[in-house]
Amino acid sequence: MKRLYLFQGGIHPSEQKFSQNSPIEELKAPDRVVVPLSQHIGAPCQATVAPGDRVRKGDRVGQATGFVSVNVHASISGMIRGVGLFPHPLGRPLPAVEIESDGEDAWTDNLKPHEDYMDLPPEALTEIIRDMGIVGMGGAAFPTHVKLSPPKEKPIDTLIINGAECEPYLTADHRLMLEEAENIIEGARIAMRILGVDRGVIAIESNKPDAIDKMKGLIEDIPELEVLALKVRYPQGAEKQLIKTILNREVPFSGGLPMDVGAIVQNVGTLSAIYKAVRFAAPLIERITTVTGSGVRQPKNLRVRIGTPTKALIEACGGFSSEVGKVIMGGPMMGVSQYSLEVPVVKGTSGIVVQPFSEVEEGSAQPCIRCGSCVRACPARLMPTVLGVFAQLDMFEEAQRYDVMDCIECGCCNYVCPAKIPLVQLLRYAKAEILTRRKAA
Amino acid sequence: MWIALFCLSGLGLVASLGLGLAAKRFAVEVDPRVEEVERVLPGVNDGGCGYPSCSQFARAVVEGKAPVNGCVAGGEDTALALAEVMGVEAVIGEKRVAVVLCKGGREESKTKFTYRGVENCKAAVLVSGGDKACPYGCLGLGTCKRVCPFDAVVISEDGLAVIDTQRCTGCGICVKECPKGIIQLVPIGKRVSILCQSGEKGSEVRKKCDVGCIACETCVRVCPFDAIFMEGNLAVLDHERCQVCGLCIPRCPTHTIEARDGPFPPVEIMADKCSGCGICSMICPVSAIEGDKKEVHRVLEGRCVGCLLCIDRCPKDAIGIEVPINSAVELASR
Repeated sequence: MKRLYLFQGGIHPSEQKFSQNSPIEELKAPDRVVVPLSQHIGAPCQATVAPGDRVRKGDRVGQATGFVSVNVHASISGMIRGVGLFPHPLGRPLPAVEIESDGEDAWTDNLKPHEDYMDLPPEALTEIIRDMGIVGMGGAAFPTHVKLSPPKEKPIDTLIINGAECEPYLTADHRLMLEEAENIIEGARIAMRILGVDRGVIAIESNKPDAIDKMKGLIEDIPELEVLALKVRYPQGAEKQLIKTILNREVPFSGGLPMDVGAIVQNVGTLSAIYKAVRFAAPLIERITTVTGSGVRQPKNLRVRIGTPTKALIEACGGFSSEVGKVIMGGPMMGVSQYSLEVPVVKGTSGIVVQPFSEVEEGSAQPCIRCGSCVRACPARLMPTVLGVFAQLDMFEEAQRYDVMDCIECGCCNYVCPAKIPLVQLLRYAKAEILTRRKAA
Repeated sequence: MWIALFCLSGLGLVASLGLGLAAKRFAVEVDPRVEEVERVLPGVNDGGCGYPSCSQFARAVVEGKAPVNGCVAGGEDTALALAEVMGVEAVIGEKRVAVVLCKGGREESKTKFTYRGVENCKAAVLVSGGDKACPYGCLGLGTCKRVCPFDAVVISEDGLAVIDTQRCTGCGICVKECPKGIIQLVPIGKRVSILCQSGEKGSEVRKKCDVGCIACETCVRVCPFDAIFMEGNLAVLDHERCQVCGLCIPRCPTHTIEARDGPFPPVEIMADKCSGCGICSMICPVSAIEGDKKEVHRVLEGRCVGCLLCIDRCPKDAIGIEVPINSAVELASR
């Protein structure tokens, strides 16, 4: 077995993978969807439809603006009811397109499948990926075509296929690797063709032995690909940490990117979406979302249309099992708590975790006792304790000098803090303030 | 013992010589006026003048780059003192104070969720825009209180930031820092404010808050000076035009409009001066004055809203008000 390196810090919370043995279930297309125009990092889309228009599944409803932006598409067929502000997982109302179903669920006929996709030039492939609205599906939703277009002066030698799924509770990527492994591998080959690399590493944490076996079986004839079993450690699925683990390379501090060290990381869900987009010209209108937590009756992995309200997902899992405390969109470590069940599933929604009221932490923050637990746990090698104090005192210049901008907001510091200090919030506050000040200057 | 004595005094001599020379050689010329100006300034380094510190502002004043009335915190007194130091005349503008345009405390407004996190509004808005259902609601976590250099902000029991107008100098730091953008600077005499910034539809506002502007436009119609206009779904008061009559206050169905420093006192008619011409009862917008022609008129108790429109119009100067002490400043500006 190959020797693996380990990134510094990190934690190993209870895995709670309730839904790992439940096969992906198709959630019936909802009667109404709300498709946000901003589902990715970067510039929001411009709506291309108006109320009253008829659309079919896969029709474009939002046009990308700028390079770091992707299109969004109708996820059901029907009539546009409204274009305006709607609830969004980020917590504030944002522009979206509301579609009412006509019950037909018919595909658009603008689809141009490519059977000979491996013969297409890399530029054409990137263009298709952008048109089809593909973004990173691990949660951050960064436009994939941007990641696949590194500048010439930064040569890439390795594509890392990220199946780590290090967040507790979530099993969407796990099930995808079991049920759509072929798509992932084809997607990886497309990405490798675009990048011009001949080494691909499929990284899976060792708590998914069935997925590791399945992948290993499929790549026997493909010499460029290899499968690596990783020791379970959160946040291993974060780009920089994964690169450290697999290649023992350090992404530089202060805004360094994986491409600076010759690696590109793509989530397994993204690769499957890339394959479907290139082979069948299928836009990104659905995804696998894990609905889990002890707050729902039957945890499940659902294939859902983008724009489906959270309520529909929870109903499909038998509803709440007891008085609900928190509904978190994303994983329990990095997800965002929601206050409304009207919030739609977006391209980056990897899971919905429901915590019953009894599980939600009570009590407020105590003073820091300088135990250093957070410093040991920080995978970005920062000092959350010092940065937290800087944030509390509005000492943003100092915080910047101590590299607060390299915080990946993984939540490890918060998880281990015995004083329950909301460190992630403090660091996010400092980051937001530094960014606004930079913009103002 | 003698050796020690000589050594030490010798060392002392050499050092003092060195220091003396250095003081002569490297002396920095300071305009004496800079020090004088600095002494007059409040010295709180609040930045309201646009300079990072009081001494930098003092230097700018002496160099003629900053006006003598530039110190917001010091106000009128400082401006006059500075003018004296600089030998120029100061132009005094009306003092301004900050007002928090939100009246929906924890009692009156609804929340979206329970917030448990950093006690700082700017950090709280990163979590789904804060816990208040109204996106324009004061979160009451005291970012303005923290940044105020004059301790002029208190957080009420109801969880609202309230400005102490006696202490506020109008430096405007809180206006810049409030993440909701609901603090406004108004001339101190303009006591009336519409305490809501919500641009949402009336029906939405009603769902979220009992005291928000529901865009009924009653105040727009009531205002005799056209000082209130609608900006989308929000009534906005133009302080330039406002004559502080207070007519809008009792008419607002949601009690969103309020006057700082207490209610308006009713007018009184001096019986010895009134000739019974009837002008006052004709112009009174709330029909609070009655009386027969050529007879002494009287003010109906509880009706008069203290708009003072009649005072200026009375040909006999027979109408006045009893002036409460703390309102003297406001009256002067009316």
